[in-house]
Amino acid sequence: MKFGIVTFPGSNCDWDCYHLATHILKQKSVFIWHKETKLPKIDVCILPGGFSYGDYLRTGAIARFSPVMNEVVKFAHAGGKVVGICNGFQVLTEAGLLPGVLMRNSGLKFICDTVSLKVENNQSFFTKNYPSKSLVNMPIAHGEGNYFADESILDRLEGEGRVLFRYHPKNPNGSQRNIAGIINEKGNVLGMMPHPERCAELALGNEDGKKLFESLL
Amino acid sequence: MNPDIIKQHGLTPQEYQEILKILGRQPTMVELGIFSVMWSEHCSYKSSRIYLKKLPTKGKQVICGPGENAGIVDIGDGLCVVFKMESHNHPSMIEPYQGAATGVGGILRDVFTMGARPIALLNSLRFGDPLHPKTSHLVNGVVAGIAGYGNCMGIPTVGGEVYFDECYNGNILVNAMCVGVARKDQIFYAKAAGIGNPVIYVGSKTGRDGIHGATMASDVFGEGSEEKRPTVQVGDPFAEKLVMEACLELMQGRDVVGIQDMGAAGLTCSSLEMAGKGGVGIEMDLAHVPLREKKMTSYEIMLSESQERMFLVAKKGTEKKILKLFHKWDLDAAVVGKVVKGNEVVIRNHGKIEGVLPTMPITEKAPVYRRPVKKPAYIKDVQKLNLDEIVGAGFSRPNLPHIRGARTAPLHYNDILKKILSSPNIASKKWVYQQYDHMVGTNTVVLPGSDAAVVRLKEPHTGGKLTRKGLAITSDCNSRYCYLDPRMGGMIAVAEAARNIVCSGGQPLAATDCLNFGNPENPEIMWQFKEALIGIGKACEFFKTPIVSGNVSFYNESKEGAIFPTPTIGMVGLLEDINHHCTQWFKEEGDVVVLLGAQTTPLQDLGGSEYLKVIHNLVIGSPPRLNLKKEKLVQQTLLKALRKGWIRSTHDCSEGGLAVALAECCISGPKIFGVDVDVGVGHRAHPNKGDHGGSPLHNIATLFAETQSRIVVSVQERHLQSFLKFATLQKCPASRIGIVTKKNLKINSLINISEKELEKFWKESFEQCVAS
Repeated sequence: MKFGIVTFPGSNCDWDCYHLATHILKQKSVFIWHKETKLPKIDVCILPGGFSYGDYLRTGAIARFSPVMNEVVKFAHAGGKVVGICNGFQVLTEAGLLPGVLMRNSGLKFICDTVSLKVENNQSFFTKNYPSKSLVNMPIAHGEGNYFADESILDRLEGEGRVLFRYHPKNPNGSQRNIAGIINEKGNVLGMMPHPERCAELALGNEDGKKLFESLL
Repeated sequence: MNPDIIKQHGLTPQEYQEILKILGRQPTMVELGIFSVMWSEHCSYKSSRIYLKKLPTKGKQVICGPGENAGIVDIGDGLCVVFKMESHNHPSMIEPYQGAATGVGGILRDVFTMGARPIALLNSLRFGDPLHPKTSHLVNGVVAGIAGYGNCMGIPTVGGEVYFDECYNGNILVNAMCVGVARKDQIFYAKAAGIGNPVIYVGSKTGRDGIHGATMASDVFGEGSEEKRPTVQVGDPFAEKLVMEACLELMQGRDVVGIQDMGAAGLTCSSLEMAGKGGVGIEMDLAHVPLREKKMTSYEIMLSESQERMFLVAKKGTEKKILKLFHKWDLDAAVVGKVVKGNEVVIRNHGKIEGVLPTMPITEKAPVYRRPVKKPAYIKDVQKLNLDEIVGAGFSRPNLPHIRGARTAPLHYNDILKKILSSPNIASKKWVYQQYDHMVGTNTVVLPGSDAAVVRLKEPHTGGKLTRKGLAITSDCNSRYCYLDPRMGGMIAVAEAARNIVCSGGQPLAATDCLNFGNPENPEIMWQFKEALIGIGKACEFFKTPIVSGNVSFYNESKEGAIFPTPTIGMVGLLEDINHHCTQWFKEEGDVVVLLGAQTTPLQDLGGSEYLKVIHNLVIGSPPRLNLKKEKLVQQTLLKALRKGWIRSTHDCSEGGLAVALAECCISGPKIFGVDVDVGVGHRAHPNKGDHGGSPLHNIATLFAETQSRIVVSVQERHLQSFLKFATLQKCPASRIGIVTKKNLKINSLINISEKELEKFWKESFEQCVAS
């Protein structure tokens, strides 16, 4: 299996994802520069965390206009699996691949911590290796992770089982309905604020994130 | 030249005479501005140089010592570690967010300039009284500024310190440290060479910001300092991220001859230093410099401190290739000049000559002062310590009529401990470090909140080299000790840094220093400086941790007086195997608690303690005595035991003494424990009093004295005998003092308090202190 990792100029978790794919999962992986107008042949596309274009404006607002995003959108529409982590999630909402927006944390401060999540739906491409309703610990590191969408969208997300991860029991950023990660209608695009790639090996004291990627293999 | 203009440039009449001698004529305004900056205290180290020269800077592990952008130390496997700490105190006092942010930006550039990819950031912060009206604003601004810059760059901020004292009310300290890793065969220096080679500018455009920042940092704070706000630069971490990635990509190849970041005094400093070090000249035309604003004068262009800019000399013929690489990263870049024969930097603007400066006299012949020193009068007064009068009063008398400002102690030891744990100096700093991304890079093996942070080494830092190694990193300074006895304080700062490194599993390797002091023109300040450096030098020599880089920040004064001398020590240690790392918190109920090192706590070790400050509002006495030999023995014994796999947790006793160390072992980890220990009450000094019946004074000393060279260790029962036997063999004092329990912290019959209550005080006080 081959992972493609998009590098925006301000991405800073791209190497972390590369390490995960090649050294933990023992899969092939390739960096994809944001100016590319064609994707290489890949099975999973990762939009990593970071500050894509500095994000002085709204997070991910400029990244959606970068040449590579046209290709990522096409890839997603063709059924390719896309994982947006943290800033990647923000870019996916800006690009219209996922509904809603990520606002500033309710506490108005950046938060880096390990939080507890509940796996709400283990019937997806991304979560099938997790036991149903299991609790996992994952790091977060964001200033804008406060998920917001209108009630009808939230109801629909819940009704269709598209909320994969929920903060539980504590919500660190004020997100609506404690949402931490969602998928698109077809179920091939995942956006999540927590960083599974930061907790995928015992060397870092936590393997809870590894199952997410193993679910894809 | 008008004497007022010379004075405005921070130059003395004698220094101006020296300039006339060097040039053989009157300087132009551009030249005067350049001399002003290059000869400022900040750039020239004119007051500190004679003392800095005496520091140990060599060792077989040292590849590059002080004098370059950062120090370089060999760690084997074809890799080296590159690090430095630097102050950004004055800008942060005036504009906390941008001051702190650009401090981080500057230290990052110092490290990646040398070809190293930054792997970790730390920062050492000092603020005024938590109740001072400005403190909350400053803490919030500085922490947000550090977070804003480091997080965006994607370099984890893994450790540091935060302390409060009234002496910083008018002059806070923001010291930032960066650690990077480079391949040994890919190191770059700030040296120009090769006649005809192009000089290339890359990075943000040059604006009018930060002109004369270095001169500002060489002055005391007075009325109207805040009007200097325009001289504080504004950071753009995204631009720096691009500059860093582009430069590191470029440095994979062989096209760069020399490279230097533009920090203090911008284009001036970098061109003069690069030419000076290479023994060559440089010709530049400022017309090629990318500008942010129209109609900037040559004076402004040369002295601008706009951030995120680099200056490099490349091999002739590679210009196009290099500019193309920079354009790939959407950066402004231009060839602005070339290396020429001779020893002059010639500055033109659209062909018109604006300045001709001989490099050597400016960089090498900057003034050096042997400023007068005088032992301060206060030393004698503060070192007088009548403990019976102070501590005794807490229990027997309602107040302390003899000592101004002194407070009495609560009546119960439990309450004293709670009060100390709630002091913002001791309380958990989670409020601070959770605003920093401390995990990005997936290298942080020991996260903030333990003695020293530990990072592992892998791609992309290792450049294809394989290694099992890791780095332990810390920064330390107890400025209260340095105020009471700068020499001992300096020694302890080094010893504590080394102890923290060892507690996390590392072998201390080398150090960087950030020396924050008051006005060097005051002989008493100069005495503090001289003494502190003697102490630091002695300890570094002894621990074989040479000082490989550093920074001096003088003039840390306001109208309320000078700060405590604060020579912060940043230290890096090496773990040959990353799996040998350790953390400070207890791991399992039933583990045995061992006190390694000094087993007695002399009464006088209460001098300069957190206890005296928090409980009695006093900064008096002499700091605890440090015996270097004993300290090293304790450290080396622990390190060997760690490598044998016997140790489950290690935590050194520092501020707050044994009681605080034990409390932190119980409540700082992911799981909360209790502990039940029994230690002799100042016992060997007073054997007759029995273990539980010491006088209040002896009990206080047992619990809260900050006796050096002590480490609280927990081991599994099955390893206890091997460990104790080994310690005996090493002649290192060690004794079983108790056991890890499920709940309650119990020390002798003096303290018995619920672990949950302690946790609450310790975890919640910091935020309450600084919430805005």
